Amino acid sequence: MREAAPQAARAWVFGDDLDTDQILPGRFAPFMVGQERFHTYAFCDARPGFSAAVRPADILVGGANFGCGSSREYAVAALKTLGVGGVVATNFARIFYRNCINLGIPAVESADAFVVVHDGDLVTLDLAAGLLRAPEGDARLRPLPAFARDILAAGGVVAYLREHGDFPAVSV
Amino acid sequence: MSGKTLAELILSRASGRDVRAGDLVIAPVSRVMVHDSVIDAVMAGLRDLGMERVWDTSKVAVFVDHAAPAPTPVVADSHRVLREWVRGQGIQSFYDAGEGVCHQIMVEEGYCEPGTVIVGSDSHSNSYGAVGAFGAGMGATDIAVALALGRTWLRVPESIKVSFAGRLRQGVTTKDAIMRVVREIGTDGARYACVEFHGAGQLPQGDRVTLAGMTTEMGAKAGIVVNAPEAPEWLRPGRDATYVRAVEVDLTTLEPQIAIPPRVDQVSDVSDASGIPIDVVFLGSCTNGRLIDMRQAAAILRGRRIAPDVRLEVVPASRRQFEDAMADGTLGLLSAAGAVIGSSGCGPCLGRTGGVLAGQEVCFSTANRNYRGRMGSPDASIYLGSPYVAAVAALTGVIDDPRPYLESTDDEFDALVSRRRAERPGRGAASARSGDRSRQLLAAMPARSGPWVVGMEEED
Repeated sequence: MREAAPQAARAWVFGDDLDTDQILPGRFAPFMVGQERFHTYAFCDARPGFSAAVRPADILVGGANFGCGSSREYAVAALKTLGVGGVVATNFARIFYRNCINLGIPAVESADAFVVVHDGDLVTLDLAAGLLRAPEGDARLRPLPAFARDILAAGGVVAYLREHGDFPAVSV
Repeated sequence: MSGKTLAELILSRASGRDVRAGDLVIAPVSRVMVHDSVIDAVMAGLRDLGMERVWDTSKVAVFVDHAAPAPTPVVADSHRVLREWVRGQGIQSFYDAGEGVCHQIMVEEGYCEPGTVIVGSDSHSNSYGAVGAFGAGMGATDIAVALALGRTWLRVPESIKVSFAGRLRQGVTTKDAIMRVVREIGTDGARYACVEFHGAGQLPQGDRVTLAGMTTEMGAKAGIVVNAPEAPEWLRPGRDATYVRAVEVDLTTLEPQIAIPPRVDQVSDVSDASGIPIDVVFLGSCTNGRLIDMRQAAAILRGRRIAPDVRLEVVPASRRQFEDAMADGTLGLLSAAGAVIGSSGCGPCLGRTGGVLAGQEVCFSTANRNYRGRMGSPDASIYLGSPYVAAVAALTGVIDDPRPYLESTDDEFDALVSRRRAERPGRGAASARSGDRSRQLLAAMPARSGPWVVGMEEED
């Protein structure tokens, strides 16, 4: 991984089955409002004020099936533009997970983060130690697959392919 | 070694390796589907990759369907950029505004080669399993990579076996069958998995699209129908293939189903929901916008007018479906009943064009999602169900079991409609009353793994 020293950041906690329409409603797609503004509508229905209050490196914490629904990558692109440092959830919807890894945002499963972390907590995402450190205790992170780790280390799949010309090797 | 699931068969063949669930594969794709909403991000991805030419123009199909015809100047600009890109690349398979929903055209025009891997920029690309293809939805960057390399990476999914037994009764449809499956499996019960449908190969192609496309709503990576007539001989699951779960649905006893907002898996028998008032009805989408669906609605609406306080929008899934429905009189009949007929495409399913919903409005939709804010205002509510139930809702202004209408004489039918209309609360009250009924319904439902959620109260 690209190992900048992990920094403390605010945790934004969401529930189960957070769908991509909540992360960024379709009516505010870049396609609808333009590339310059779309990220300012992140969570505008589900958590008004989010895009103004979120700071670079902040961490989203969620329950099961995080990012379900539409394949819209711009939901993740909005988080990327806002500087979100990672998403830790009980588990992820598959397209959202791929989109995060592809755009270089760590998406990490944790069975206990959703329980240990409260909205507004100051947390530290320590991928090297496999922990999300929070005031009430550390949540254990499920190790990322090597394939995803390689892509994240490059900063996303586009950067990886530019560097290596092909996908990371799959173990046979 | 045990036999393989359809997902294992297809991904083994595509990758040239003997793979099983859990293995990671890099597989060639036989087709890439690109739709209008993602073109900016796809082009940016290709540019950033330094590979601006698609790997094989004959294997790419491009559609303007999600916000089409363009509802705003910003969207119109994006469509213009898309057209220029298609022309510049020399892509022949291009379907502009009004041609229809990408998934319907992909299947009906034969772009989905059975037994191969196809990736699409829209989440309902699972639909291609209707003809035995491994169709998976992906985000714009994944699509850009597939366009540049002609390959994608996939984890071979575990499979869930869904078996249908018996025959549907009159007034009950394949949509009801798949909603019953979603009720059983839940919105995340098939995450990362392939849903394999047994006992559905004999269904009309359109109904198989309904099944495969709805697997997206269970979190599935793919949904594939076993024994589709289009599928090659080798595409048969092994008798001893491994499934992580098996679900059986007895079609013989199945009732029409409805999904209660704002979750696709909050599914109830329609008889438990009768009387819920509706303001707007949408008949369309890749899930239920085909001739067969429009005919089902026409069977109810023939020779009658929809309720005075209700709006009905019909959007055929493709130009072929549109023209077939014109030719056989179905569209004329729906128009005479008071329907607004929209040009083929995604229509209001995702709230970007067509009749979007106002705050507090209650919609009954034949599409596939009822999330908060999906079709317009975040304060609107969306019920999902079959074209029969949609037609009854348009006619009476309330949700009701369509079967008595299909079985009654004309006099009985008119009496039923009058009674339902009389019972419906007046304008503006629909939302409040629907919310009350939803709460009662959910309270009466058996406990399940996921939390039940009512109305718009689930957020935070």
